[in-house]
Amino acid sequence: MFEILEKRALNPTVTLMRIAAPAVARKAEPGQFIILRTDENGERIPLTVADYDRKTGSVTIIFQIVGATTERLNHMKVGDCLHDFVGPLGRATNTADKKKVCVVGGGVGCAIAYPVAKKFHELGTTVHTVAGFRTKDLVILEDEFAAVSDRFERMSDDGSWGRQGLVTNALRELIESGEQYDEVITIGPLPMMKFVCKLTKEFNIPTVASMNPIMIDGTGMCGGCRLTVGGEMKFACVDGPEFDGHLIDFDEAIARSSVYKPFERAEHEKVCNLFREVQ
Amino acid sequence: MPNLSPKKNPMPSQDAKVRRRNFGEVALGYTEQMALDEADRCLNCKNMPCVSGCPVGIQIPKFIQKVKVGEYEEAYRIITESSSLPAVCGRVCPQETQCEGKCVRGIKGEPVGIGRLERFVADYHNENSTEPPKKAEPNGRKVAIIGSGPAGLTCAGDLAKRGYDVTVFEALHTAGGVLVYGIPEFRLPKAIVAREIETLKALGVKIEVNTVIGKTVTIEELMKEQGFEAVFIGSGAGLPRFMKIPGENLKGVYSANEFLTRVNLMKAYRDDSATPIQKAKKVVVVGGGNVAMDAARCAMRLGAEGVFIVYRRSLEELPARREEVEHAQEEGIEFRLLTNPTEILGDENGFVRGMNCVKMELGEPDASGRRSPVEIPDSAFLLECDCVIMAIGTSPNPLIKSTTKGLEVNKRGGIVVEEGTGKTTLDGVYAGGDAVTGAATVILAMGAGKTAAEAIAKME
Repeated sequence: MFEILEKRALNPTVTLMRIAAPAVARKAEPGQFIILRTDENGERIPLTVADYDRKTGSVTIIFQIVGATTERLNHMKVGDCLHDFVGPLGRATNTADKKKVCVVGGGVGCAIAYPVAKKFHELGTTVHTVAGFRTKDLVILEDEFAAVSDRFERMSDDGSWGRQGLVTNALRELIESGEQYDEVITIGPLPMMKFVCKLTKEFNIPTVASMNPIMIDGTGMCGGCRLTVGGEMKFACVDGPEFDGHLIDFDEAIARSSVYKPFERAEHEKVCNLFREVQ
Repeated sequence: MPNLSPKKNPMPSQDAKVRRRNFGEVALGYTEQMALDEADRCLNCKNMPCVSGCPVGIQIPKFIQKVKVGEYEEAYRIITESSSLPAVCGRVCPQETQCEGKCVRGIKGEPVGIGRLERFVADYHNENSTEPPKKAEPNGRKVAIIGSGPAGLTCAGDLAKRGYDVTVFEALHTAGGVLVYGIPEFRLPKAIVAREIETLKALGVKIEVNTVIGKTVTIEELMKEQGFEAVFIGSGAGLPRFMKIPGENLKGVYSANEFLTRVNLMKAYRDDSATPIQKAKKVVVVGGGNVAMDAARCAMRLGAEGVFIVYRRSLEELPARREEVEHAQEEGIEFRLLTNPTEILGDENGFVRGMNCVKMELGEPDASGRRSPVEIPDSAFLLECDCVIMAIGTSPNPLIKSTTKGLEVNKRGGIVVEEGTGKTTLDGVYAGGDAVTGAATVILAMGAGKTAAEAIAKME
């Protein structure tokens, strides 16, 4: 059993949890993910590792409350235990040999972008961060990003935080002002990553995107997480989750991500009603 | 005087019209009377041809003689000398090509129902015995087993019986491997798998779930840091294969692995499961093996109006067990044989709406001796469906290979082992089951687990 050691709301719909999982903490690297189940009838959901502490044996996850499982997870308290927690899965971000990178995060994707930015920073790489949120109330990890970024561009849809506009506006400005990046790393909603990759393709800047498709086992068995990269079928769980952003078929990935939407909405509602009744 | 009836005692089973809509076990098992009657058909041959057909070498006539006289616990003890999973094998072994295929009674009639008797004995024991199995005297030697499927569990059981300190590492949250994620409840109830695993635990086998070898911990760490002197890799088959035809990433296309995992491991057919599955009206399963039959029969039980098996050869070449094919047919699954898909079509929302197929005919035998299917010109047609399940095999999982230096694999990705021992190219590391052979049967995997256990026991 995997005890919840810490729980913190980062904004009204995003929660941070620190979980006791020494075996996972021992091996975890930025870019990798874990799979958890809240209870014995729970579904397996993948969440990217947001941080880890090898000394205390804990792994931090950050999740947005979007469906039944994340709703259940958000109702768990410090001291409660997750039924299952397995990892670290997938390949780690390749952080070696880069002088300057730009990390582009959007929404809750920033939770995954942060450990990547932090790792680059620790390795002495110059890190520029572009973070985007819908509005000020949804901003997460602002201080954390500021601490590891040599330059930090804040963007919001409504202008209530930083500047108004999209992350691609800020990225274009940076590139056009002459900033030279060895790599752009983008993590966020699929449409955002699609347009970031389109932009960097224009300037021929190597770009990796972190994919988070539907998954079950996460160990290279079910094939549910398949996507098309450069015309070939790839599996996010063992080949990814990061891929060459210029080769990913984003439209297909966007379509595949919606397959269970109606089911998820209904399940989420059921769980919400259940908790309402309990209260 | 033996029972000279040319026919086996038939297996009582759920009526096809009823069972096609529920996940309860299809075959209900012999009553004691049926078991006694069937045991009487065994001639107790001196040269025991049946035993030579059993990959784990169960002393078949010996256990049947005990059934004849009502000594079921003794029969159970004889079976478990050779098999760690009797209730499983009695249900899923392809006996017709193994023990029963060699039975003398099969020459002029039907062979003795060895599988059914094995199942009866195992179920009798599981229902009536409260005595825990005897633990062997510990020999202080540690062995790690990777994967808790049939190969791993057999290797674990055999070594535990010899006094080894055995730990099984499982990547998923439940032990059992293909027995829990692949084979459906209606063929192999999960409570039975759990019971067999409890028996192994009582023998002293430790099981660590949620541990991915190659990720959470490596083989090198197990041996150098954790004191395991030998490792057995029984990690099973890997990534699903697809046909590389257009439309395979549309919504509503599953690999059989994904579909079966959702249904069997995650219990998506139950209301209390949080795991979603598409409840399709018309389902096409591509492939002709046991996995294809399992997927088709699960789809029917999820409420599909029509389920089709699309296979490019004819009925004769279907690799699935005859019994599975018959069960599927009885349940209303339609076979579109000599048919090959060419494209999966999607609707405006990206969901499957149909599949383009062509008709095939059988040409000359190929290298494998099977007649290879050839496309008939101008035979294209559309098969309407809203779900497609690809059951055309798997490629080995890359995780262990990519994290274990010196472990050699063949060009198909299967781990290279020495015949007769299961020894890999790494000292102290053994392998068996689908990780070596590619997708095969439960009992062959068990045979490989047993072989490796013997070799490990002979290690200096």
